[in-house]
Amino acid sequence: MTVLCLVERDGDGAADVSLRALTFARSLAESGAGGAAAVVFGPGAPAELSAYGVADAYAVEAEGYAPQAWGHALAGLAAELNATAVVAAGTDRGSEVLAHLAAITGLPMAANCVSAAMTAPGAFQLVRHRWAGSLLEDSVLDASPALLTVAVDAVAAVPASAPAETTVHAYQPALDEADLRVSATESAERSAGVSLATARVVVGGGRGVGGPDGFGPLEELAGLLGGTVGVSRVVTSEGWRPHKQQVGQTGTRISPELYLACGISGAIQHMAGCMSAKNIVAVNTDPDAPIISRADYAVIGDLNEVIPALIAAIRDRS
Amino acid sequence: MEILVCVKRVPQVGGKIVVTADEQDVDTRMSGFTVSPHEECAVEEAVRLVEQHGGSVTVLTLGPAEAADQLRDMLALGANRAELLETDGREWGPIATAEAIVAAARAGGPYDLLLFGNEAADTGDYQVGVRVAHALGLPCVTGIKNLEVSDSGARARREYRGVEEIYDIALPAVVSVKEGINLPRYPSLPGRLRAKRATIEQTAPEWHAEGLRKERLRVPAGEVKRAEILGTGADAVPALVALLDDLGVL
Repeated sequence: MTVLCLVERDGDGAADVSLRALTFARSLAESGAGGAAAVVFGPGAPAELSAYGVADAYAVEAEGYAPQAWGHALAGLAAELNATAVVAAGTDRGSEVLAHLAAITGLPMAANCVSAAMTAPGAFQLVRHRWAGSLLEDSVLDASPALLTVAVDAVAAVPASAPAETTVHAYQPALDEADLRVSATESAERSAGVSLATARVVVGGGRGVGGPDGFGPLEELAGLLGGTVGVSRVVTSEGWRPHKQQVGQTGTRISPELYLACGISGAIQHMAGCMSAKNIVAVNTDPDAPIISRADYAVIGDLNEVIPALIAAIRDRS
Repeated sequence: MEILVCVKRVPQVGGKIVVTADEQDVDTRMSGFTVSPHEECAVEEAVRLVEQHGGSVTVLTLGPAEAADQLRDMLALGANRAELLETDGREWGPIATAEAIVAAARAGGPYDLLLFGNEAADTGDYQVGVRVAHALGLPCVTGIKNLEVSDSGARARREYRGVEEIYDIALPAVVSVKEGINLPRYPSLPGRLRAKRATIEQTAPEWHAEGLRKERLRVPAGEVKRAEILGTGADAVPALVALLDDLGVL
């Protein structure tokens, strides 16, 4: 009886999203699904596993990222350990590997879960995201093991009440040639500048910016605040700004200390991307815009007037 | 090259999402329907590949009779053929959906490339393309933001945690793409006229239950708040500066 959790690495440690997935796995385990164990790819285990109460970690022999091979390895381990559930963070990798596992085993897979409890052997009660978290779905899952990805925006990483001593077991998966026909080569290129996903301040621009030439003041303000510019979907689909600046369900999820959303109406597609922002300040001419009912603070006014005045005030201070 | 693109009809939600009284669906009385954003980009990518390499694009959807509207929208973007796997309005799970697509791909193919959106806007299941790839024994890449096809195969790229990953794959293959891989064109007038007249091929696969079952949908609690108004126009700037100071971002 084991809840297996795929733990992605970030340098020498565990990725933050995987610590959230481990917290989710531990809570599922406590509902009667057994103990939570970690699966990592490559030798050794990240030190954080101990604080998250992981007694057993399985280090799968692997060279780089090969999604189908990873899925196959998880299938082998889940069978060997008689796992009640296999859990992964709902990242591009976690979702992809679990989808391979689901396809290999023919089992159902529930994506973007917020919570899960085992109600009887092979029966689970779930809450999961729809519309990237704008809706919740209560559902039941009959499967053994249950294959679940975690909506990492909605689950905090919480260490276990008592740490565990982690034993690392080396695991050699039985792979076919076909499992390795798709594998990632990492490009040497690294993105420069402040990353939208991890920026502490994001200055957002939407339709209210008016056109591709209106982003100068937003860039300037973002620079002054040590942040970066994000935009709504209409801005990228009009071709005003590149898609990599899009905040939203089909763009980047952000979690800054401050999101200053200028001329953005607040469609749910956009709000799904900024729901993790600690503080949302909206600048909008329309006091009835949907974003006003989702923001913490608002300035009712034209961003083309407010933002230059704000820049001037900040420059005056220094 | 022959390309199959699978798309999904989803509600076009704006500033608010409302659930029907029986808690089973999104209330669409006040909204229209559209194709999931990632999938519209998949259709655009397919049309560009065919413009470059020759061949044809077949667009397929599984949905109610009304989903023919979305197929016509995709024909207007430049797809050549359209296929509707008609349902009786029940929601299909990802396993049954993948099975129906596999049957259609076998009957209508062979295809060199099967394109999907990375995840549907509504259910976000992240798995139909991968299941189809396994059933057909094809290689599969997901989350793709750049795709080049040559005689020897395809090179697909995506970014993962700030690092670009490159995948070289043989064709035929399944590729699921994300919005941003291209900027879809606006349909031309001749495209729209052609789409209006086009014949849509129809079959009706059989629904079956799956291990994952929806009980109800609900809007998360505590989503609606009322922002504290700092002021109007440039007069609000001193209050805004004080707030930024409080938040420690100045």
